[in-house]
Amino acid sequence: MKLFKSHNNVLPGFAPTLGYTVLYLSLVVLIPLSALVFKTAEMSWIDFVETVTAPRVLASYRVTFGAALAAASINAVFGVLVAWVLVRYRFPGKRLVDALVDLPFALPTAVAGITLSTVYSPNGWIGRILEPHGIKVAFTPLGIIVAMTFIGLPFVVRTVQPVIEELDTEIEEAAACLGANRWQTFRRVLFPLMTPSVLTGFALAFARAVGEYGSIIFIAGNMPMVSEITPLLIITKLEQYDYRGATAIATVMLVASFVMLLIVNLLQRWSRRYAA
Amino acid sequence: MSAQTKTFTAKSSNNHRITEPAVVRWGLTVIALGFLALFLVLPLASVFSQAFEKGVDVYLEALREPDTLSSIKLTLLTAAVTVPLNLFFGVTAAWSIAKFSFPGKNLLLTLIDLPFSVSPVISGLIYVLIFGLQGLLGPWLQAHDIKIVFAVPGIILATIFVTFPFVARELIPLMEAQGRDEEEAAMVLGATGLQTFFRVTLPNIKWGIIYGVILCNARAMGEFGAVSVVSGHIRGMTNTVPLHVEILYNEYNYTAAFAVASLLAFLALITLVVKTFVEWKVQQQLKNS
Repeated sequence: MKLFKSHNNVLPGFAPTLGYTVLYLSLVVLIPLSALVFKTAEMSWIDFVETVTAPRVLASYRVTFGAALAAASINAVFGVLVAWVLVRYRFPGKRLVDALVDLPFALPTAVAGITLSTVYSPNGWIGRILEPHGIKVAFTPLGIIVAMTFIGLPFVVRTVQPVIEELDTEIEEAAACLGANRWQTFRRVLFPLMTPSVLTGFALAFARAVGEYGSIIFIAGNMPMVSEITPLLIITKLEQYDYRGATAIATVMLVASFVMLLIVNLLQRWSRRYAA
Repeated sequence: MSAQTKTFTAKSSNNHRITEPAVVRWGLTVIALGFLALFLVLPLASVFSQAFEKGVDVYLEALREPDTLSSIKLTLLTAAVTVPLNLFFGVTAAWSIAKFSFPGKNLLLTLIDLPFSVSPVISGLIYVLIFGLQGLLGPWLQAHDIKIVFAVPGIILATIFVTFPFVARELIPLMEAQGRDEEEAAMVLGATGLQTFFRVTLPNIKWGIIYGVILCNARAMGEFGAVSVVSGHIRGMTNTVPLHVEILYNEYNYTAAFAVASLLAFLALITLVVKTFVEWKVQQQLKNS
């Protein structure tokens, strides 16, 4: 135990608190997650590959990752804009708007799902306006993008906002003194400083969108090959008692989310070095 | 006087250079607010508009339905078990990680964050794989007539999993930033470990705890995907509020679905208010210290 104790630390309770932390973590998170790996290991490799590359499964990857990419891109653009407006400009009700940005974190996904599909359905508040122009959102892949944009909205805003707050106005003055116009200053000076945080927010929004289930299934239409997301396919397999199929696809999703977690960690390390 | 005017004009021309022309400022603000209105305000307003569409009587009727009441009870029970467990874990984890240094700390931090990066559907699936009939412990559980999956214990387990990191990830950076000087002083002055924690540490992390608990509670009451996999959807038995919303919606009982959903939307709004208040309070504290 000596090895773990930092020298001269008089505070008590290290061994029991760390012990409990590791125990609880193992019981709640690590052992259950490893069940997924064990169950997958029961399958033969050929079986596994066949299951996770079946046409319907491949189509669900395309829908899920494609829509998540689109939604995260929308969030990257509007997230930077919202963060900029919230930090730099003054307007009435600003604090209210700032608080409201976190709504997608607080609103249960099922509620988001039913209200988004109502608002965007052909006779809903927004759907009614889009319908005459031939744009259908609810029950199409476009609806999936809308739901994913909703749930990913706070990520970019909340990662970029503190960076804009920390920006030193002196460098903007310097750029202006050196003859840059406002757009050049933003593009060449300010935006590069924001880039790591924008990418981090983008990756977080993307990762969240890929795994999302509740808010999407109500608006997606859930047509196999067209608008069926991978998490829904896992549930469909489970309901057909195809545990192996469900587990195999879930393993692919899990590996994908670990890769994204790694990328997010690297991005955060990069942005911290940038800030220092 | 002239000097004053000079600095004033110099300042305003400086300001001019480090901000955008008024037209651009207004344009950007309108676009940003328009985006938020489209994606946040309209959907939120729609929940309440749909819920009250047929009047207050129909709204109250939907909430008084026995299945609705039992789903509310189950959701409250789930949160009442989940939140204290994850709170206790969060505080112990933060104490060991923030107040001591040891090898493997970064790995531990990553593992604690893990449930946030796992799809909710997978969070439910793993418990089916362990406790389900075809699962690892399935035959044993059936022999002893214990039901976990498609019953209340499964719902609670899945909820614990998805809300696992909330309190810990709020407290760890906070306690790391506060260091351990105050606790060390207390110990040197003869306080016991528990006295030190309750009299010194706890007052310092009070707002962090409230923040973590309110977010943990919101997710515990609102979780849908993970709970949907393990619940079995037995009306009046294993339906939480979000699952009940889904059932009502799929039965085309829209007014009732939105009436029940409005309860969760209220919860979300209260969560946001408390969260904003705590953030403000912490900022005040930082200013004063």
